[in-house]
Amino acid sequence: MNAHPTHPPAFPRIEQVGLDGLLVRFAESLTEPANRAAIALRAAVEQVQWEGVEECSTSLVSVFVRFDPLHLDHAVLRHQLGQLMHSQDWYAAPMPTGRRLFHIPTVYGTDLAPQLVEAAEKAGLSEAQAIASLSGAQTRVTTIGFAPGQPYLGTLPEEWNIPRQTSLTPQVPVGALVVAIRQLVLFSVSTPTGWRHIGQTAARLFRPDTETPFLLRPGDEVRFPSIGRAEYENLKTDPSAGIRQEALT
Amino acid sequence: MSVVIVHQVGPGVTVQDTGRAGYLALGLSRGGAVDRMALAEGAALLGQPVGAALEMAGMGGRFEVTAPTRIALTGAPMRASLDGAALAWNASHLLLAGGMLDIGGATSGVYGYLSFGGTLATPTLLGGQGVHLAAGLGRAVAAGDRLAIGPDTGTVTGQGLKVAPRWDGGILRVLPSLQTDLFTQAQRDRFESTTLLRDSRGNRMGVRLQPEGEGFGLTAGGTILSEVITPGDIQIPGDGAPYVLLAECQTTGGYPRIGTVIPADLPRVAQTSAGTALRFRFVTLEEALMAERAYRKHLADLTRSRFALVRDPHDISDLLSYTLISGVTAGEDPL
Repeated sequence: MNAHPTHPPAFPRIEQVGLDGLLVRFAESLTEPANRAAIALRAAVEQVQWEGVEECSTSLVSVFVRFDPLHLDHAVLRHQLGQLMHSQDWYAAPMPTGRRLFHIPTVYGTDLAPQLVEAAEKAGLSEAQAIASLSGAQTRVTTIGFAPGQPYLGTLPEEWNIPRQTSLTPQVPVGALVVAIRQLVLFSVSTPTGWRHIGQTAARLFRPDTETPFLLRPGDEVRFPSIGRAEYENLKTDPSAGIRQEALT
Repeated sequence: MSVVIVHQVGPGVTVQDTGRAGYLALGLSRGGAVDRMALAEGAALLGQPVGAALEMAGMGGRFEVTAPTRIALTGAPMRASLDGAALAWNASHLLLAGGMLDIGGATSGVYGYLSFGGTLATPTLLGGQGVHLAAGLGRAVAAGDRLAIGPDTGTVTGQGLKVAPRWDGGILRVLPSLQTDLFTQAQRDRFESTTLLRDSRGNRMGVRLQPEGEGFGLTAGGTILSEVITPGDIQIPGDGAPYVLLAECQTTGGYPRIGTVIPADLPRVAQTSAGTALRFRFVTLEEALMAERAYRKHLADLTRSRFALVRDPHDISDLLSYTLISGVTAGEDPL
């Protein structure tokens, strides 16, 4: 990116997204403070309820604001966002309230998640160490995207900074837990992926015909405790998938 | 109230509306009709607010209604007939119970729309009726389906509408987007001077455009952090052929985007026939805002652009029932 001198180096910065969007970007790559900043600023934008703002979302390190450009001038919103952006240190902001901690039972490895050994090798860990590391980690939903309700979770310890595969796994099932670049993704759909499939859960993240269509929200935290194959088989028919949740204070 | 009985149907017929806003942060894109203008044209012809209608990709089907029902045919022109007699496109008509409405293949464009007086009253899910195939919300219409229609307070039929053709390619106006600056000026210049052909690969998520000559890409090679996607964004995947995203796109993505097509030109992206030539042109924000104002004014004024279809009584197979039903329409205009 340094090869493009037209890019102002400073973060956070505001960028235009087409006709009806502005984006506040907190970093060029994923860091905990930048993700925290994005989640906290989004909560603040939703709280002020500017006239003309229609929708607000976060990606890993950015906040997107969609608005009606015929009712809210680009320059006005840019000014308002700029003021809010500089009103405090968002990188050190407290996380919004109302977040939850989920425990999602996970089978690591076996034929259900055949790439655990390979991923552990890349991370320089034994299979047992890998399971201990992954099942002991408390991760944050850094963003939701690609498919409805599908979380990206991070960040894992440094040894999990392993690249994605160069080729795609043709298909992983719904509920697959995959790893790369110190992040986990828990799949809400069955899809091809370049991430390594290391765990399998019975979680259904998007259930449009229920009262809680989306299980997770950005900022929630998740642990993936290790369970055996037999327990997983039982959870497959359990509507809760064995998932426990508690409020985070 | 009337019910639509689906006797036969093409593979890409879905119930669509103006989509679901507010779920972007949870990974669900807005969806809804890919040609919003055609949905609005259908509503204008029937003199009712925009609601759910049938979007027909490439071809329609055979439909029957259980009670007298007003319909409008808009979007990509398709061969349509009622009990074998040809029906005008971009027009409203009255179907009587038991009449067979046949809608065949598109003669140009991609997506035809069949709207009903009273609009479709299919179940609402997450605040919308539109089927979102990529998210698994609802499913395509299948033979044997019976779709409920809401109460219709309007009566006017036999109206036509002169529409803006959007099937024959042309210029797509583009605003810069998140990664535009990462493309060299030479790439951006070539992006504007290259003619592209609408590929046959396309669906509600997006449309692939095949450049005449070399494709596009970042010289730096590096990966882009996954960021928000909006309909209209022009992704440049590894093969260098621009892919323009439509209503049912993903919410985030990591392909570099060279720009984003303005909303007023999205109906043209969706409707350009395969093999037809398109070009991109960067515009300023001011120009894009003017285009948006003009587009919304055009949509708001559609009802006033209606005209009465001239009918020769000899062409009307059942003159008596036609007269009885249409006799009450004089001067009616619910808007």
